[in-house]
Amino acid sequence: MATTYYTEDHEWLRVEGDVATVGITDYAQEQLGDLVFVELPETGKSLSKGDTAVVVESVKAASDVYAPVDGEVTEANETLSSDPALVNSAATGDGWLWKMKLSDKSQLDGLMDEAAYNAHIG
Amino acid sequence: MAGEETRHLPLEDLHQKAGARFGAFAGWSMPLTYPAGVMKEHQHTREHVGVFDISHMKLIELSGSGAGALLDRACPLDAAALPLLQSKYSFLLNDAAGIRDDVIVTRLGDDRFMLVANAGNAAEDEAHLRGLAGGLDVTVNPLDRVFLAIQGPEAEAALNKAGIATEGLSFMHGAEPRADWFLTRSGYTGEDGFEIGLPEKDARELLEKLFADERVTWVGLAARDSLRLEAGLCLHGNDITPDTNPVDAGLMWAIPKSLRAEGRFAGADALRALIARGAVEKRVGLKPEGRQPVRAGAALFDADGNEAGRITSGGFGPSAGHPVAMGYVPAALAANGTRLYADVRGTRVPVDVHALPFTPHRYRKG
Repeated sequence: MATTYYTEDHEWLRVEGDVATVGITDYAQEQLGDLVFVELPETGKSLSKGDTAVVVESVKAASDVYAPVDGEVTEANETLSSDPALVNSAATGDGWLWKMKLSDKSQLDGLMDEAAYNAHIG
Repeated sequence: MAGEETRHLPLEDLHQKAGARFGAFAGWSMPLTYPAGVMKEHQHTREHVGVFDISHMKLIELSGSGAGALLDRACPLDAAALPLLQSKYSFLLNDAAGIRDDVIVTRLGDDRFMLVANAGNAAEDEAHLRGLAGGLDVTVNPLDRVFLAIQGPEAEAALNKAGIATEGLSFMHGAEPRADWFLTRSGYTGEDGFEIGLPEKDARELLEKLFADERVTWVGLAARDSLRLEAGLCLHGNDITPDTNPVDAGLMWAIPKSLRAEGRFAGADALRALIARGAVEKRVGLKPEGRQPVRAGAALFDADGNEAGRITSGGFGPSAGHPVAMGYVPAALAANGTRLYADVRGTRVPVDVHALPFTPHRYRKG
């Protein structure tokens, strides 16, 4: 059973076992507007919480997506190389960004659940 | 603009109602996008009609027997030779021939001209014009108007349907169809289109008629930027600044030959020296390889890793279907097809010098 967590930076993490799938929320994709490029991380890259993991580029600007927790990248969503707009149309589904193996699951305790996130974005 | 309060458009309520997302630009809170999004807004303008609220830009009326003489002092422009109702792209230059602002000047009468100034420079432009007006009989009058750009291949049909006659008005020409209205066939998208300055009440009435036409949509500042960049048009503050000049910027076409030699406009001596020197660097189009946009501020390098200029505007071109950019490169590296490399977050992205515009202009020259 997967559990979904949210961050104040408008990311979601779907955790199954010790692997998290990470993406940006629907609210975030709306704020960014039409995406035209996603710079993905290399598999095997080690991320610390707060590192820039992905850069999403809209027509107008580039925005960093930070690693919400520590871990190692196990897969990047290569579909986004040819279809970056998938993040707009399916932010919480097929538009996921990367998967990572968690180094310290206790870091998840500091994140929000869906109700808390919805209150956060008001 | 630092320390000053954000200014709000007179029609802000209409943009809010249309679901606009706002952002700061040149001291103004401006609609950046509407719910359709920048891609659709951009493409809609190229295919149908986009309406842009550009009321942040300033209309400055110059009137009096010295109005032409003031323009001759302020701009590399032969005001006396400008035919009635014709518009001309020109500049306000500083003493080093740097570009204080780029402006459109339209002759409205023997002794009356309209100057359109960029939002971020309008107050300084006005003060500069007043400073140059010594001894001349001229009134410098910044107007309180709503200013709209109505752009796209169906702009003329939409305006006509809304009751605004445009017959006989060709590109870069103006008219005053009603009291306090200023209409020109011009724009900054590369498409046929119009810009219209008018009192707020009239603007609301006109917009109601325009939006009854399904071909017409609001378009925000984000698409205005991608449209003008594809069209190869300069954004003051990015592609031209007080530190760049018309020679390097490749904008000498806007300056009549006679004035280059004889003109007494502000910055004339410095401009003559620059012409004699020739362009050291050139403004060019740049096409990044692949899909990754290259943004303003990115440094350029040649194949050997030597510095080779900078990007001044960059983004994605929705009509071009690829990233588009503009920048300055050394004159020796300005030929189309020259391969350079832009530094994007530490990665060298290949970019090729590319002809401007990226999408062909479709002005109605009449």
